[in-house]
Amino acid sequence: MANMNMIQSLNNALDIMLERDDDVIVYGEDVGYFGGVFRTTDGLQAKHGAHRVFDSPLSEGGILATAFGMGINGLRPVVEIQFADYIFPAYDQIVNELAKIRHRSGGEYWSPVTVRTPAGGGIRGGHHHSQSPESQFTHTPGLKVVYCSTPYNAKGLLISAVECNDPVIFFEPKRCYRGPFYGDPHNVLTWEGHPEAEVPESHYTVPLGEARLVMEGGECTVIAWGAMVHVSEQAIRDSGVSCDLIDLQTLVPWDRDTVVNSIEKTGRCVIVHEAPKTSGFGAEMAASVQERCFYHLESPIQRVTGWDAPFPHTTEWDYMPGPTRIAAAIRKTQEG
Amino acid sequence: MARKKKEGSGLNIPDAPFRPGEEAIFETWSWKPGDLERPDPTKCTAEDTVPHAQGLVRVLGDNDKASGAWNPKLNADELREGLEHMVRLRIFDDRMMKMQRTGKLSFYMRSFGEECVAIAQTMALETQDWIFPSYRQPGAQFVRGRDMVSMICHCLGNVEDNIKGRQMPVHYSYRDGRFISISSPVGTQFSQAVGVAMASQYKKLDEVTITWIGDGASAEGDYHYALNFASIFKAPVILNVVNNQWAISTHANFATASGEFATRGLPYGLASIRVDGNDFLALYAVTKWARERAASGSGATHIEVLTYRAGAHSSSDDPSRYRSSDEHTKWPGGDPIERLRDHLIEIGEWSAKRQSGLEDRIDSEVMSAYKEAVKYGDLANGPYPEADTIFTEVYEEMPWHLKEQFDEVMEG
Ligand SMILES: Cc1ncc(C[n+]2csc(CCOP(=O)(O)OP(=O)(O)O)c2C)c(N)n1
Ligand SMILES: [Mg+2]
Repeated sequence: MANMNMIQSLNNALDIMLERDDDVIVYGEDVGYFGGVFRTTDGLQAKHGAHRVFDSPLSEGGILATAFGMGINGLRPVVEIQFADYIFPAYDQIVNELAKIRHRSGGEYWSPVTVRTPAGGGIRGGHHHSQSPESQFTHTPGLKVVYCSTPYNAKGLLISAVECNDPVIFFEPKRCYRGPFYGDPHNVLTWEGHPEAEVPESHYTVPLGEARLVMEGGECTVIAWGAMVHVSEQAIRDSGVSCDLIDLQTLVPWDRDTVVNSIEKTGRCVIVHEAPKTSGFGAEMAASVQERCFYHLESPIQRVTGWDAPFPHTTEWDYMPGPTRIAAAIRKTQEG
Repeated sequence: MARKKKEGSGLNIPDAPFRPGEEAIFETWSWKPGDLERPDPTKCTAEDTVPHAQGLVRVLGDNDKASGAWNPKLNADELREGLEHMVRLRIFDDRMMKMQRTGKLSFYMRSFGEECVAIAQTMALETQDWIFPSYRQPGAQFVRGRDMVSMICHCLGNVEDNIKGRQMPVHYSYRDGRFISISSPVGTQFSQAVGVAMASQYKKLDEVTITWIGDGASAEGDYHYALNFASIFKAPVILNVVNNQWAISTHANFATASGEFATRGLPYGLASIRVDGNDFLALYAVTKWARERAASGSGATHIEVLTYRAGAHSSSDDPSRYRSSDEHTKWPGGDPIERLRDHLIEIGEWSAKRQSGLEDRIDSEVMSAYKEAVKYGDLANGPYPEADTIFTEVYEEMPWHLKEQFDEVMEG
């Protein structure tokens, strides 16, 4: 076991996979010599060679197209899109190509690409360094969608993603790279001493499709992913309501049993995400919860999300869901 | 089927010419002012520009004298104006970077070493021409007369920021100067600018559009869309690739394997020119030429602006991790401000004393603009734009679903 922040645990996961499997290849903008603008691939080129960890041209469409091609020819590319906001030049390659190749070829071809990308707000990144576009991928059949939240699950999920033969879009909450984020922008924390930062140095997996029960309680179920897991934890404490907190971890396929069991127990549900409300993945969760748990529900499902507006720079704390809004939603589920 | 193995190392991965700890040794330029003819911009074909795409247009020689067919013969007042704007931009950048370090702004990007680019090029245009910049051409705003206080207010994200704290610093928008809103995703402006130009063409207006893209971003599809559309529709646009050698830590060797950018315009059928981007006179002249060509209906020009990113990519970057520390001092193109200053001194229109006087004057201009701007707030201390700015101007009129959210924030 070692104490690692999320950058280190992701780096460690890549290191292990490069070591274990010659077909793993890591590339993206600035990931090679420099080791990535967030330092996630630091040292990997020196250790594994420039033919396995390298810089790419500044071309997200090119990165995804070549990864697709490498994947169908037997490699296991792990590519980085420098910010999730910059994934859109590659959107066609992901949505129309990568996601559909297995199906469209009658199972003759597949491409096990992992796309790592830092996402979410909280770093004063304005419109284009803050977005959390998970629902733009959960809406595409053929993709698995993962959102890690701690050093421990980041490593285990990334290894699972790389080993998975389906394409995986892997979101990393950049605000949590170096410490958990409980919603107070002025309180900059490190992962030091956090139990979820105790990370085994060897290979392990956190299976895709399994959620993590972060807190247990009886009165409400809070479902979140990414940085919002920690913000929700704070909100639950503030609310004084006893809650199950579910860190979804994998959005597609999401963990039906954990969610359904919890809501059958609590009868109340709050869903939290950073992305805008309309057509966010919270809408999918809310619809599924009412389909499966309607007769157990005792109050309307609440969603706490980013607003239906572009992510702002200066006023980002008025945009991102914080403990106050989440706690209010939790309390609201207790009315009536 | 068994797959046969070959000898060799497999993938070809380029590298940068110099890395930390290595001495930077650039080949000296064999290109000289006077090497290249100045063809008639209204008549010449793409093919006529082959020597210009393969060579380098220079006007200022190593002896600080201006010469050759491309000498734009600017008068001393015009040269001093160019120098003043470049000095203004450098001092402005340094002040903003200092303020970024103290937390007054979240982020900053300097144009250090590339001050000439937008300034010389904007000076070569007409005031009705459209400017569609990337984040490294803020200098165009000085030429177009933007108030410095307003620029600083944007960078501080305060209550007087004309874009209401919505985007990160350096993402200016300045409609009065026909300077179009900057967006972070690199390269998008390049092909959009072609559309701006096509609209001018459609409306039969005497307007030209200028745009820039980095060497790195030229690997994006938008670069290629731009060249193709511009060529097919003969759009009145000036397409500049600013080859400053680096895209954050990624050397231009990862943007093109040929070592060249200008020549890429030729197979698209575009007049293509490489120009010394630190030579104010050459850059001015080439832009003027391209404007004349565009305005005459002969179409777009593709220009490689050869320069060097002397500073860090941004306030978040540390270039000592990936490039040789002395690289920028060894750049064969030198420093754009020093070169124009030395030329003015050479022709007897300037002196070291006047230069330091200019620097002092601009320094206090920037300081007093900063002091005024910060009165309206800064990122560390506020006040910030009201939260309602999140919801306004998302649509022309606020739909009900957004209004509900807006009300929630305003009541909460
Ligand atoms: C589509 C997109 N991908 C990635 C980025 C992140 N990024 C910002 S600037 C930059 C490098 C740009 O280099 P270049 O085009 O050479 O311009 P320069 O910074 O040298 O002026 C990168 C990768 C971005 N802003 N947009
Ligand atoms: Mg560059």
